[in-house]
Amino acid sequence: MMIGFWLNGKKITDEIAADMSLLKYLRSKGCYSVKCGCETTNCGLCTVWLDEKPVLSCAVPALRIEGRKVVTLEGLQEEAKVFGRFMGEEGSDQCGFCNPGFVMNVLAMVRELKNPTEAEINAYLSGNLCRCTGYASHMRAIQNFLAAKQRGAV
Amino acid sequence: MYTINQYVKAVSLEEAYELNQKKANLIFGGTLWLRLGNRTINTAIDLSALGLDKIEEREDAFVIGCMTSLRELELCQGLEALTRGAIRESLQHIVGTQFRNCATVGGSIFGRFGFSDILTCLLVLDTTVDLYKGGRVPLAEFVKMPRDNDILTHIIIKKTKRQAVYQAFRTAATDFPVLTCAVSRGEDGIRTAIGARPNKAVLFCDEENYLQGEISPAKLEAYAAYIQEHTSFGTNMRGSAAYRKALAGILVKRALQAALREENDL
Amino acid sequence: MMKAVNQSIMKKDAMALVTGKPVYTDDIAPQGCLIVKALRSPHAHALIKKIDGSIAKKVPGIECVLTHADVPQSRFTIAGQTFPELSPYDRKILDERLRFVGDAVALVAGSDEKCVDKALKLIKVEYEVLEPLLDFRKAKDNAVVVHPEADWKELIDVGGDNKRNLIASNKINYGDVEAVLAKCDVVVSGSYHTKQYQQAMMETFRAYTYLDLHGRLVIVSSTQTPFHVRRIIATALEISKAKVRVIKPRIGGGFGAKQTAVMEMYPAIVTHLTGKPAKMVYSRYESQIASSPRHEAEVKATIGATRDGDIKVITVHSLWNAGAFGEHSPTTVTLSGHKSISLYGGFEAFRFTYEVVYTNTIAAGAYRGYGATQGIFAVESAVNELAAKLGQDPAKIRERNMVREGQLMPAYFNEHATSCTLDRCLARAKEMIGWDEKYPSRAMGNGKIRSVGLSLAMQSSGINNIDTGAVSIKVNDDGFYTMAIGATDMGTGCDTILAQIAAECLECSPDDIIVNGVDTDTSPYDCGSYASSTTYVTGMAVVKTCEALKKRILLEAAKSLHCDSADIVFDGKLLTCVKTEAQVSLKDVANGSMCGNNTTLFATESHCSPVSPPPFMAGIAEIEIDRETGQIELLQFVAVVDCGTVINPALAKVQVEGGLVQGIGMAMFEDVVLDERGKIANDSFMQYRLPTRLDTGKIRVEFASSYEPSGPFGAKSIGEIVINTPAPAIADAVYNATGVRLKELPITAEKIFRGLQALK
Repeated sequence: MMIGFWLNGKKITDEIAADMSLLKYLRSKGCYSVKCGCETTNCGLCTVWLDEKPVLSCAVPALRIEGRKVVTLEGLQEEAKVFGRFMGEEGSDQCGFCNPGFVMNVLAMVRELKNPTEAEINAYLSGNLCRCTGYASHMRAIQNFLAAKQRGAV
Repeated sequence: MYTINQYVKAVSLEEAYELNQKKANLIFGGTLWLRLGNRTINTAIDLSALGLDKIEEREDAFVIGCMTSLRELELCQGLEALTRGAIRESLQHIVGTQFRNCATVGGSIFGRFGFSDILTCLLVLDTTVDLYKGGRVPLAEFVKMPRDNDILTHIIIKKTKRQAVYQAFRTAATDFPVLTCAVSRGEDGIRTAIGARPNKAVLFCDEENYLQGEISPAKLEAYAAYIQEHTSFGTNMRGSAAYRKALAGILVKRALQAALREENDL
Repeated sequence: MMKAVNQSIMKKDAMALVTGKPVYTDDIAPQGCLIVKALRSPHAHALIKKIDGSIAKKVPGIECVLTHADVPQSRFTIAGQTFPELSPYDRKILDERLRFVGDAVALVAGSDEKCVDKALKLIKVEYEVLEPLLDFRKAKDNAVVVHPEADWKELIDVGGDNKRNLIASNKINYGDVEAVLAKCDVVVSGSYHTKQYQQAMMETFRAYTYLDLHGRLVIVSSTQTPFHVRRIIATALEISKAKVRVIKPRIGGGFGAKQTAVMEMYPAIVTHLTGKPAKMVYSRYESQIASSPRHEAEVKATIGATRDGDIKVITVHSLWNAGAFGEHSPTTVTLSGHKSISLYGGFEAFRFTYEVVYTNTIAAGAYRGYGATQGIFAVESAVNELAAKLGQDPAKIRERNMVREGQLMPAYFNEHATSCTLDRCLARAKEMIGWDEKYPSRAMGNGKIRSVGLSLAMQSSGINNIDTGAVSIKVNDDGFYTMAIGATDMGTGCDTILAQIAAECLECSPDDIIVNGVDTDTSPYDCGSYASSTTYVTGMAVVKTCEALKKRILLEAAKSLHCDSADIVFDGKLLTCVKTEAQVSLKDVANGSMCGNNTTLFATESHCSPVSPPPFMAGIAEIEIDRETGQIELLQFVAVVDCGTVINPALAKVQVEGGLVQGIGMAMFEDVVLDERGKIANDSFMQYRLPTRLDTGKIRVEFASSYEPSGPFGAKSIGEIVINTPAPAIADAVYNATGVRLKELPITAEKIFRGLQALK
């Protein structure tokens, strides 16, 4: 089916198979940052934004994006670099496979939550699994980032 | 993962309903549960264009469109106030925010899943569902109906004054519940729902009048024991029937104690 | 104060990873690769009587359907370990006998996933279903034989006998165990059961293969052991090793899973037979049922002590479940005794015995800890039980008995503990959590009870006399360095850490050292990143290579300074003749070396250590239990680690935090349950529960560094030890709270509830 939508700010019209998932579609279009980590919507690696909201692209039928805005990490490079530096400073990038989905969800979170507590941050991000870090360094990176934002440093 | 031949964004409920009468066709909710299977679908019917993704607050009720995401429901301030956070509590432990941005309340309720937190919670409120052909049906009745080819279009929660408490027992923070328990207290008495038994939630309306008048600890114990005896429990990977039974007794007591405390807060 | 070592430097690939650059195997695979998938056995034990792929082959887009008749017939091992491997040669690419639910029956290669999925359903298989052997406790001498074949072989005798379902066995005795036991005032004995836990790295197994212009097979794989994969695939395909090249891109985690060549042979045989590029990406489902998890184990530990708490004798017997194939089975089992018993010094006797058996279940492999984890769960639990029996503080028992620096370790290859701050680790961990105030437990007044529990742990640093790592470093224009390593960064940051070591030696910035990726054609040999060898073994190769390179730099500088190289000092930037004070910059020497030169500014050295100095650590858990429901909440976990000098404190901290949470997963959330037909129920992340960020409690980590003279700048290792403390610590916390002693993982609310009921 032929549909029109926005991908990382660009208007696109494309023919998409009826049962293609948004995840598979995005990777077929070169958005390799979007990763597949499971088949059961548990890992969060495939997180992208659909109309500004973080969703699991593995579970969104691609045809459902008609007329809507999709953003992947490819479309958030500047913000990813800013927040990502805080991750790098903590060593929390590690293998990096969970990073894109995690960064997408963190950037969504900072738009949605004002001054979140540690508990609120963890709850918001609970759908993003990581096997390397044990999550503690993620939290340090986020808190350093939020503090820097408060100060106006970033 | 499912396979589809055709994907149709319905322009009317009538169109969606007609398409849904063929067994090989299917209404698409969040598809989070659907995608775990291997179903061959001829036509997938998408309701996204029908404005069913909103929560409308009316004078006497909340009218929730079936395509409303679980996350919307979780964040709705009006429902937070009405249910004293019980609806939020029933939703906020489900997988993650992205998941809840995708999952629809219609899909969750129509599915009448055993593990459903939200079904357990809504059962103890004044909840009805609107079915396209079947009309308005109390949730307590809908729960017992077999799956058919009707469309659940709205969920209506009346603004009756009920102190609702939701408690679920989980062995990991965002896992399926081992057992769910919801309790509400209103003018017409106390309702209790037990779900994830592992089967779907069942509703009790204090049929034997255990909880009339002054509710002493002894009455709570007796009522909890009644619930335990009148509910069937099963064993699966997350827990044995015996453990679920024990948990039911404990959760019912704790939920009732919380509900009673809430009333005193008012 | 060191400039590069012991600094928290950002990983070299950090910015690429956090911005989602396409650097992983499936991101860089060429378009148009054949997609390869496997048809998998629904039976735990069966013979293929007939298999017919002719209809499947007719599906448009299908390139080939391969069965056991299409593959080379010799057996090999897929274990990534130094040749000659200790693992049995029991694998074929495709076999007529299927030995576990999920075993590969056939391979399909086609132009896209859809046609391959369709073809898989059209392969006709007639199975002769055999009785499966599912219980490892009944495996030895069972009538059901998992590997009856005549061509089963072990290259090295490890006490195996395939006809008895035995892969390995051994008995090690020190002192007179019976005599010492007889003299003990107290003896504690218990049996501890752990399961086939999955590493569950976020990137599943995947590889793509193609023939290059010379007709050589190139394998690009998410592997921890590129050099072993080269040998394994050449052996499996019965072709010359010169015909195989393995390249490792960025890897999305390994933890030992990718120390087994789980699936490279499948796309490899497709490319080998068709001449076309092929790619295989394992699903999470396949990575849960047909992967390389931890060995299921039943470890019996016996501790004998005096009434004052002096441990006099320790015995460990390990029954090890290899599953359907024997990768890493004869080796992992040995750590269950050597790296648990050696936590203690002063005992008069020990015995370590083991048996490793085949069953018709998932073939186990290498997972962080590599057998020490299972052994430490048993021994530390037994020591905790000893403390309880004696009415003594478990910390005090450790203080009395733990191994001390300088002590001989008779159960650890008779090495000495040349560097050990285990006493400081425990003391500091106690301080951090408030052990003295919290042990054993406190009732919170609301039906909940809080308690603490501790465990010590150790591991090793590389496999002594075996693990070999080589490094080469070249000086380039303007004096920047390129360093080639064969060690495999799987997210740990070893590329960066090795650059830090080099930078410290060469007195430059780590940014001046470019680290090349691993390619078996061009990288110096390295066994691979496992056995906690990279920092300690390959790091020492870096040191040696830098020393050799500096000599050559001095020789080159001597030409332009007109003096003896022995009189030149190098500060990283300038070379000065101490006699004449004449100077030349590294930049000029480097640029000058590319003109009219007969010598190279290049050095390559290899290192293998005769010793394997253990890292040590202490871990303490604080939990809260709901006495009515048995629900257990992990409030916090503290750990203090002695890994010698910490090369990169930020990265080391993350290693510990990550390992602790994996250990917490194993202790509380992860489980492997088989149905009566041998099918694993936990075949997805929905059913195999990894800890989320809401499940870990507060994790706090510190270091109490010793100095290990045989390691680079005093470093030991950290990669594996970090997973070993949570299970025994949490188990003892549960005992301290409730009196319920759990000896099988995971520790769940229901088990605690039942234990509490039983105690009433």
